Amino acid sequence: MVRVILRRLIQLAVTLIVLMTLVFFWLRSLPGGPVDALLGERATPQTRELLTRALGYDQPIWVQYGRFLENVVTGNFGNSIRTGEPVMDVISRSFPATIELALAAIIIAVGLGIPLGYLAARHRGRVLDNATIIVTLIGISIPIFFLGYLLKDWLTQSVHLFPPSGRISTGLGNTDVTGFFVLDGLLTRELDASADALWHLVLPAFTLATIPLAIIIRITRASVLDVLDEDYIRTADAKGLRGPTIRRRHVLRNALLPVVTTIGLQTGALLAGAVLTEKVYNWGGLGTLITDSIGGSRDYPVLQALILLAAVVFIVVNLLVDLSYAIIDPRVRVK
Amino acid sequence: MPLLDVRDLSVVFQRKGTAPVKAVDGVSFTVEPGQTVGLVGESGCGKSVTSLAIMGLLPRRGNKVTGEVMFEETDLLTLRPQELRDRRGRDIGMIFQDPLSSLNPVIPLGVQVAEVLERHQGRTRQAALKQARELLDAVGIPDPARRLKEFPHQLSGGMRQRALIAIALACKPRLLIADEPTTALDVTIQAQILTLLKELVDDSGTALVMITHDLGVVAGLCDTVNVLYAGKVVERAGRHQLFREPRHPYTDGLLQSVPRLDVDRGGRLHQIRGSVSDNIPWPEGCAFAPRCDRVIDDCIGDTVPLEPTRAGALRCTNPVPREVPV
Repeated sequence: MVRVILRRLIQLAVTLIVLMTLVFFWLRSLPGGPVDALLGERATPQTRELLTRALGYDQPIWVQYGRFLENVVTGNFGNSIRTGEPVMDVISRSFPATIELALAAIIIAVGLGIPLGYLAARHRGRVLDNATIIVTLIGISIPIFFLGYLLKDWLTQSVHLFPPSGRISTGLGNTDVTGFFVLDGLLTRELDASADALWHLVLPAFTLATIPLAIIIRITRASVLDVLDEDYIRTADAKGLRGPTIRRRHVLRNALLPVVTTIGLQTGALLAGAVLTEKVYNWGGLGTLITDSIGGSRDYPVLQALILLAAVVFIVVNLLVDLSYAIIDPRVRVK
Repeated sequence: MPLLDVRDLSVVFQRKGTAPVKAVDGVSFTVEPGQTVGLVGESGCGKSVTSLAIMGLLPRRGNKVTGEVMFEETDLLTLRPQELRDRRGRDIGMIFQDPLSSLNPVIPLGVQVAEVLERHQGRTRQAALKQARELLDAVGIPDPARRLKEFPHQLSGGMRQRALIAIALACKPRLLIADEPTTALDVTIQAQILTLLKELVDDSGTALVMITHDLGVVAGLCDTVNVLYAGKVVERAGRHQLFREPRHPYTDGLLQSVPRLDVDRGGRLHQIRGSVSDNIPWPEGCAFAPRCDRVIDDCIGDTVPLEPTRAGALRCTNPVPREVPV
């Protein structure tokens, strides 16, 4: 097991080196650049040259690349072009917000998706099942930003059920411990702050969860139907086991395998969706940071670090998925 | 009184948009306590469906089961699903064809044996596991304490089938149904499993319904044999009677098709001509008629009835003549 994890970590390192290189050259091949973005179109050639030199973009590309690698290895991603702060500071400020949102979305998607998928499978071909198929199809098809604005407009403007934007009401949650507002409130015993942060979290998390939720429902349904046809379920029936025992012990665990894989694969969709969701609800996490860093300033250092971070998150989540696979299925355990 | 009395059992599969298929067509047979009864026939003759219908294990939708399945004094077909669950695994055990796919891949073997004891004998997990170890030992699995913690993929094919037998016999059922229990195993293991089954049913007095296409299995194990063709019993006889003097041309053809060691190797094996797809529907005559060497005009027209004979029963208009001792 330890060797497997080690091997995967080495793979992770190799993937990151390749990705870093790609990202570095890909960003620089985009039209425009930090200099244009910061100075605008009417700047004089002198000013432009000055800034180019100040930022080090007058150096040959290989020198820039070498410096970038050096920075990554030392864990220092340089300073943000936009704000001048160290990149790590900028990112660590936004990171908890996105993780909080993404975790809430995963909890919703898994917590609702598996039971609903199971229920649909048990009602195969009947009204509930058909309704599930239609609703999940809509859930998969509807764009996040569209659903986001729709829910926001309806549930915060027409019906004042949820707060329209932000992570917490002003005046609450002033103690910053971890940056996860719901958790901070619990840690500092400011339960009103926790509740308020949770209330702010509901709509964005649900918006972000729709696509993974719909997919998990579908996969669970299909997977349960597959398992119900297996010979070992017939054996369990032949033993005279009670329905709940068969479902809990024999069906669910086998049916979970494809679902777990799906959860890992959905991490990517979740990261992409977070960008849109954060925009809609003015969330102020990594998604907001990434749009700001592309649009306003072509903030190369921040963008490079963000993309690498996304890759690390994706790879680590999938490593965890593989490890949990080994827990669920003895056949993939390595000796 | 017979232990199991199957009367006029029929199973019709019906799916939306397709014509109904009669997989089992008025099958009747009895099993006395402690007796071993064979259901023999080729693929698609309805033997497995018969066993699943007896156990109530057919899919809930898309089929219609009629007739009676009397187990002692209860008609299993009229029981509510819950009542049937109470009896499955306790009164009737069943073993299946493919031991690998019939065991749950993600549950340790011990639990898979123990859970049937927990269910029907109210054992705690601990007590059930202890008993499971004895059961695995009894079916000849070496080092049972270690095997309890292992998973099906870590066992050999023969051991998996032994484990399934242990599960089916755990609660000492009065009837065991074995659906092609040796088909997925290689020949040497087949012989071991059959010997084991024979020992276990002899020792425990369990009645056995043996479903097979393998006449060798029948010869070694069964007291009475029912030959099925196209969903109907076509011949029933004691084992010795059937092998010595098959009356139905289909049974005769099957027996002649068995490779023998005492004829010259170069010759072609006997085969029954045509295939199941040549069958005619039973109401129009004998389903086997288009493939039969002894077909006569009377074979076509009406359903041929199953007539009792001295040895058992026979459904044939022009049976193979008895050998008259000279």
